[in-house]
Amino acid sequence: MTENKKFEPTIIGFTCNWCSYRAADLAGTARMKYAPNVRLIRMMCSGRLDPTFVLRALSGGADGVMITGCHPGECHYMEQNYKALRRFLLLRRVLQGMGIEPERVKLVWASAAEGARFASETTLFVEEIRKLGPLDWGKPVELENLQEEISKSEEVPA
Amino acid sequence: MTANANGKKPKFAMYWAASCGGCEIAVLNIHEKILDVDANFEVVFWPVAMDAKYKDVEAMEDGSILLTLFNGGIRNDENEHLARLLRRKSRLLVAFGSCACEGCIPGLANLSPVGEIVQTAFNTISTDNPHEIYPRTSFDVPEGELHIPKLEKVLRPLDQVVDVDYYMPGCPPESHQIAAVIELVIKVIRGEAELPPKGTVIGAGSSTVCDECPRDRNVKLIKAFKRIQDIAPVDPTLCILEQGVPCNGPATRSGCNARCPQVGAQCIGCYGPAEGVMDYGARLITAFSSVIDANEPEEIEKILDGIPDPTGQVYRFNLAGSLLKAAKPAWEKS
Repeated sequence: MTENKKFEPTIIGFTCNWCSYRAADLAGTARMKYAPNVRLIRMMCSGRLDPTFVLRALSGGADGVMITGCHPGECHYMEQNYKALRRFLLLRRVLQGMGIEPERVKLVWASAAEGARFASETTLFVEEIRKLGPLDWGKPVELENLQEEISKSEEVPA
Repeated sequence: MTANANGKKPKFAMYWAASCGGCEIAVLNIHEKILDVDANFEVVFWPVAMDAKYKDVEAMEDGSILLTLFNGGIRNDENEHLARLLRRKSRLLVAFGSCACEGCIPGLANLSPVGEIVQTAFNTISTDNPHEIYPRTSFDVPEGELHIPKLEKVLRPLDQVVDVDYYMPGCPPESHQIAAVIELVIKVIRGEAELPPKGTVIGAGSSTVCDECPRDRNVKLIKAFKRIQDIAPVDPTLCILEQGVPCNGPATRSGCNARCPQVGAQCIGCYGPAEGVMDYGARLITAFSSVIDANEPEEIEKILDGIPDPTGQVYRFNLAGSLLKAAKPAWEKS
């Protein structure tokens, strides 16, 4: 697919305040190079990750979602990252049923010291998504256009 | 709402789009209260109960129907035409029942492309169709050209097609809830009550089925998911999810008095998302994940194998109304 060479994936990344966000920070301050496609959102913990966030990202135009957190056993809040792991595994199954490649959602553990790991995993993920191609969700019903049409054409008397 | 001022009764309509007819039966199940409907409203359009033509509705003045209960999702161009028409003619349009609110069981067809749906309906082992005859949307007969409605790519809940004033969930809505809503509307007509704000979910609670469920709840730790037919007997007092059966109660809106769990069956989620739930399936994923008693990926996967159809399980009634709305093959091909 030649068109995919130009395709720049949009990735939403969820990071936890205590490990993976600091890993991203470290990658930045150490001036490590990694793919600029990921938009990071910091949460207090990967356990805060409601699967709604992932679905919202995918339905809103993201091509992939990266969830990151502390290594198992190292969660700042005891064991919330295990909850993130379980949600992630079930979410992947549900996404597969919706015809979405489960590889579009990735879970990465990165401690605050692993800036290099964060950078390399991000770059790797971007390349994986590039291979999969754009997701282009939002086509199913084109709701927004439709709503505009309705409000224009069918003003309801109050 | 002083519709009685000129001596005429306010107009009432009910329509079914892609639905099973259960909602109409639920309305009739309000028993003698149906007489109040007749006493207070002029029923102008209700295809399942009386003869009426679309052109009669088209001839009505815009906004002349006070209350329209619209059940069923939008699956074909006829459904869509009627949704737009009734929106124009009605002052209050209620998405009535799970299909109109969120797609319901017909919405599960959003997992498959239209071609596959037609193929399954007309040419599988359960269908006697030796000449492989498929429906056509138009056909010439001596009297002229006949049309049947054209299937759209995906099923859409009512509010994805037109503006909706109120939502009334349930598959079907519980009759006592319908009666309460009709009572309220009558009071509003008489000036004895106010309508709730637009967009409100009426005829239901705002909490979850779990809140109404009388079963005992403890800390849930599950080593295996089971199907209800595989556990016998079902403990009559213990939380069903705690017994390992995926119960949709934690994400589902209250309003049914936890009917299914009360009789020993898991909640399947027909009342749709509880207040504040943006994506029903996501909320269930969270609920199910939190009860799994395992931390190792392999063991978690093994436990998850106990839910044979995860997508169908978490979106049984809500697929068309979810954030993703339809599976990729359904909107990609057709």
